[in-house]
Amino acid sequence: MPKFTIAVLVKNEFGVLNRVTSMFRRRQFNINSLTVSETETEEFSRITVTYEGEADFNHQIKNQLRKLPDVCKVKELEADESVRCELMLIKVKNTSDTREDIRTAADAFKAETIDYTHDSVIMRIAGDSKRIDAFITLMREFTILEICRTGIVSLERGSVTISEN
Amino acid sequence: MKLSGADIIVETLIEQGADTVFGYPGGQILNVYDSLYKYQDKINHILSAHEQGAVHGADGYARVTGKVGVVISTSGPGATNLVTGIANAYLDSIPLVAICGNVPNSQLGTDSFQEIDITGITLPITKHNYIVSSVEKLAHTIREAFYIAKSGRPGPVLIDVPKDVQIAKCEYTRQNPVIPKANKPCENIDDAAACIKESKKPFIYFGGGVVSSGAEDEITKLADLIDAPIGCSLMGISAVATNHPRFLGMQGMHGHYASSVAMANADCIISCGVRFNDRVTGNKEKFATRAKIIHIDVDSSEFAKTVKPAYALKGDVKLTLQKIIASLDKTQRPDWQSEIDTYKHTEKENLDQREGMTPRNVLTLLNDYLDEDTAVATDVGQHQMWTAQYVSFNHTRRFVSSGGLGTMGFGPGSAVGSALGTGKRTVLVTGDGSFGMCLQELATMVSYNLPIVILLLNNGVLGMVRQWQTLFYEKHYSNTVLGRKTDFVALSRAFGADGAKADTLDELRSAFEKAFSTAGPFLIDCTIDKDEFVLPMLPPGGSMDDIITKVGE
Repeated sequence: MPKFTIAVLVKNEFGVLNRVTSMFRRRQFNINSLTVSETETEEFSRITVTYEGEADFNHQIKNQLRKLPDVCKVKELEADESVRCELMLIKVKNTSDTREDIRTAADAFKAETIDYTHDSVIMRIAGDSKRIDAFITLMREFTILEICRTGIVSLERGSVTISEN
Repeated sequence: MKLSGADIIVETLIEQGADTVFGYPGGQILNVYDSLYKYQDKINHILSAHEQGAVHGADGYARVTGKVGVVISTSGPGATNLVTGIANAYLDSIPLVAICGNVPNSQLGTDSFQEIDITGITLPITKHNYIVSSVEKLAHTIREAFYIAKSGRPGPVLIDVPKDVQIAKCEYTRQNPVIPKANKPCENIDDAAACIKESKKPFIYFGGGVVSSGAEDEITKLADLIDAPIGCSLMGISAVATNHPRFLGMQGMHGHYASSVAMANADCIISCGVRFNDRVTGNKEKFATRAKIIHIDVDSSEFAKTVKPAYALKGDVKLTLQKIIASLDKTQRPDWQSEIDTYKHTEKENLDQREGMTPRNVLTLLNDYLDEDTAVATDVGQHQMWTAQYVSFNHTRRFVSSGGLGTMGFGPGSAVGSALGTGKRTVLVTGDGSFGMCLQELATMVSYNLPIVILLLNNGVLGMVRQWQTLFYEKHYSNTVLGRKTDFVALSRAFGADGAKADTLDELRSAFEKAFSTAGPFLIDCTIDKDEFVLPMLPPGGSMDDIITKVGE
């Protein structure tokens, strides 16, 4: 099934995230990732959602979201015309046997070690989702203790912004 | 001037033109009721017997008047009792503003007595909802709620007002009623108009969107212009006069045969303010396969939701139709008309010609007593479909029925709203099952001495469910045989209304004579057979090939 990424500019008020995600739930859409944060102005928050679905459903969810009074803008971010990034923290078991291999893998992926104990290591890696997936695959050879991913954040390339038409 | 939040609520309602509101008091809305007491010469509050009756009342009032219905309730159970009614208004796109009290801000989130997260509960069944955190935001929020309820595709909006906000004071300045978002026609209608021109068998299909945009005249104008038949969904009934020569009636699962067949055989369906519900399309794969669909709606999320249109025209239905009409010349389609005549003929042949207390005879007799503009409300079930099929309407906004949600219990409350909204006698057609759900509103009808004729088709069973059990569940009549001992005439008298029982058409005639000359509510307990069917019937998920027009012995 095709995957879509949309950016939703919403009023910065409580309950708005619930209104947006509820629309996905009601129409039985599965969200792959979701990020929310404040924006360049206090007035708005920006929600980035990635999901899978048929083209018709994609059309439907965008139209449904546009009907919410708290939603100011809904924009689909095409892969070719936008930059995307995700951040992951990964905690791996640290033993004398694996220490070297983990370090080599981390160096190759430019993953940064941000916590280090005798028996565990936490690394931080940012980039596109495929790269992160690849790093996880590599780490599976060792013992992964915990993973936390932020989900995708994305902006359109060039000077164009979501607030413009 | 400085006013309390409660006074601001009532002032703003009056300012927005809400002269009649429905509701039920309680602990967390006491201040608003105190204000209603103060403003009682400026605003009319209708006290229901149950909050569900109040919200259906506001809904019925909105349907017949075209105004925004207003309902007021307390927190907790008062608020949750509104839920079915709000959902009902949501699915039928009825403009409604619901105002609930809640516990003070300081107690919110502590599970205090009668505290409920009503904005959370109503999130998926409102166009928008609010919890008002400070009195300064109150007037603006109510105005915005009216704006949202009325603009574009109408719908319900809920405002939750904590008690401290009702008590706190702030400056209030009266404003004019909000003007809904300006309606615009669809910009480009050329391709759709060309499609209509080329069409040999155009069919005009309309729904509730035509009523809310006031496009009734445009529908018949277009039909005359292009020589096309007209059909409608349940929500469209009464927008075009039943006896209009081009009108084939309701389409769909229990629609008129000619209407459904004409739609199935059309090569172009001009759909106005509809949403192609499953009760209309049956099996989507087999639905109107020969037709190019032109879909006109103010809400673009309806396009391709269930049926893919060839032309999607986003815009106000009335204004868009006016543009289309202006771009077309008068044409004749005699071949199509004669094809339709054969469908009408078949429908006539299949008409139920039996004598006695058949649903058709009962409702045909009712027609004799209706004025041009009498509103007819219904509950949900077989009686609703029979009313949709057999009752004659001559005035728009006079069929008051729960379409999308199919709410048994909608009838009594909505009949109250309809009688108040029209200021005239309303008929409520109901069944013994549906009436059993919200019959306490008889008390409201009596309290306000409302002229409501309740025609209760009593078959002792849940007829519609029984019909499905007969056809699709091997006559396993699981929990649909009521066999109750309720004496509805005595019940009606116990509430302070009058009533009569009718077992024959003669008795029914004299009951009608009495009912239609009574100033207040009058209930007719009308006996019909438990094995009456609503026909024709498109089996769920079936296509026109599967239509059931007669049930064998």
